[in-house]
Amino acid sequence: MRFEGTDNYVATDDLKVAVNAATKLRRPLLVKGEPGTGKTVLAQEIATALGAPLIEWNIKSTTKAHQGLYEYDAVARLRDSQLGDERVHDIKNYIKKGKLWEAFTAPQLPVLLIDEIDKADIEFPNDLLQELDRMEFFVYETQETIKAVERPIVIITSNNEKELPDAFLRRCFFHYIKFPDRTTMQAIIDVHFPGIQKMLVSKAMDIFYEVRDVPGLKKKPSTSELLDWLKLLLHEDMPLDVLQSRDPTKAIPPLHGALLKNEQDIMLFERLAFMARRPNT
Amino acid sequence: MFFSFMEELRSAGISASLKEHLALLAALDADVIGQSPEEFYYLARATLVKDEALLDRFDQVFGKVFKGVFTEYGQNPVDVPADWLKAIAEKYLSPEEMAKIEKMGSWDELMETLKKRLEEQEKRHQGGNKWVGTGGTSPYGNSGYHPEGVRIGGESKHKRAVKVWDKREFQNLDNTKELGTRNIKIAMRRLRRFARDGAVEELDIDGTINGTARQGWLDIKMRPERRNAIKVLLMLDVGGSMDPFIKLCEELFSAATSEFKNLEFFYFHNCPYEGVWKDNKRRFSERTQMWDVLHKFPHDYKVVMVGDASMSPYEITHPGGSVEHFNEESGAVWINRITSTYPATVWLNPVPEKQWGYSQSTKIIKELVNDRMYPLTLEGLDDAMRELSRKHGH
Repeated sequence: MRFEGTDNYVATDDLKVAVNAATKLRRPLLVKGEPGTGKTVLAQEIATALGAPLIEWNIKSTTKAHQGLYEYDAVARLRDSQLGDERVHDIKNYIKKGKLWEAFTAPQLPVLLIDEIDKADIEFPNDLLQELDRMEFFVYETQETIKAVERPIVIITSNNEKELPDAFLRRCFFHYIKFPDRTTMQAIIDVHFPGIQKMLVSKAMDIFYEVRDVPGLKKKPSTSELLDWLKLLLHEDMPLDVLQSRDPTKAIPPLHGALLKNEQDIMLFERLAFMARRPNT
Repeated sequence: MFFSFMEELRSAGISASLKEHLALLAALDADVIGQSPEEFYYLARATLVKDEALLDRFDQVFGKVFKGVFTEYGQNPVDVPADWLKAIAEKYLSPEEMAKIEKMGSWDELMETLKKRLEEQEKRHQGGNKWVGTGGTSPYGNSGYHPEGVRIGGESKHKRAVKVWDKREFQNLDNTKELGTRNIKIAMRRLRRFARDGAVEELDIDGTINGTARQGWLDIKMRPERRNAIKVLLMLDVGGSMDPFIKLCEELFSAATSEFKNLEFFYFHNCPYEGVWKDNKRRFSERTQMWDVLHKFPHDYKVVMVGDASMSPYEITHPGGSVEHFNEESGAVWINRITSTYPATVWLNPVPEKQWGYSQSTKIIKELVNDRMYPLTLEGLDDAMRELSRKHGH
């Protein structure tokens, strides 16, 4: 059971090693990287590659750690007691399983994705320490311990908005998805657009990396934006010579909306175009 | 195993713990990787470093510790670390072979023999065969042993390539160096402290429902409103020696304005005196009296001063020292007034910290702000924010 990337996902060697270490030792893998470099997709692809079901737990700023374990629906129980429902006598009827519980008791070994863990409260990762370490937790209401049949494969992504506590980090493997270089990017494009014109890709990538190199950009375009842009170019049937001309007066690439997502960045480009248009004095 | 590696890492500021060390050994034991040094490097990296800012440092330490171990053939193979060899040998040698090795004596002796044999080998096959003990007769491994690569079986795919760790691809993620708007924002977020304070104002719906359900009667819960309690006063040095740092300050400024609702900013030149201004184009026509600033904003404001603190010492210490106008009271007096009005004051200096000692004025200002001068790097900013969020008595 080794992860080697999939038909739709290009994994670099270092990523493969990290994933294989995490799946083999069944420790969580923490993935960081620029937005749009495929952190979330990674978990889906690992699940596909291993033929395992994927359980997604998307974290929001209001998510609490215990919601991943279970929730006791006291309100439903109160209502049932008013209505004289029989179910009210068994507290188990009001325990709602969380994603972790689901993952621990899944019939088939699952991949659990904890997406954007940094969105949650600063205490969130600390509250999950024991649960992720021992893969078990205790349900107070029913006095039972839920223990993982088999330790699930846990992938955690972070956008670095908050620092994660050391104790939490020590229990994970870590991988930083760095921005793909040209060869990797070519491989990624080949996977997403098989049979795309080589010239078009090469020109588009020139422009893309040029855009990324412009100093002072607020939000650099990332892989997912390049893919979107290519899709647009293909859709619009953009003639190759438009990309090829690289007219200095047109510093803004065609259909730039897919690449630049910030009006300040677009303005920066317009300024550059304006500067280029002025005769050199 | 790898004790010296761990020690080097720790002394380089990468706090790899025992837990991580054991995880690395467990991963090696579980055959997560093959025998290429690249894979070992990737595994060690994934296990021991948990912060992309430290990746570059890790690369350097890795390069240093394993230098000579993974170098190309033809160099002196003396640097093969015994524990690495032992780890691999233990896994790949059969019990009989292990017994043979035992007979040869200790690992030290074994290493000696190995070195000798390597030297002989080198003489015999000048630039030729890389393998020692092929054919399974040598105690060093059945399919052969590559002295520098410490590979037993299997050739490296990356023979002449630059070592991955020597490429130092993560250099620009080192937080002591580069500052981007996003980085600054994240550092500033440390200051954000949503406090629930003041009188109870808000109906806590979740709390009420929960309380009611548990108690069986209507149990109304109230809670104070939540808001960002941090107020910031940003003072930026403009012009002259600050010109090279404009971009940096711009980023700091744009990050700060989007991060704090209660942010006030003012400009000054070199050293704050009796007047500051909000629009640099109208710096002479539209000035705000410093006294007004000090009186208007309450003591719980956090003050962040940004400036290179490079000027003539007289500009700080003497009345009339300013280069632009005649100041009746010295800059030092004004800085003292600021720090005593706002206990939470820091000075951010875009000049690299190691150059501070060479500038008299920097030393004076650092003293005036009670040593709370921080370099304008992510790390410095982090420290500054931590200092600001400390509880300050007044």
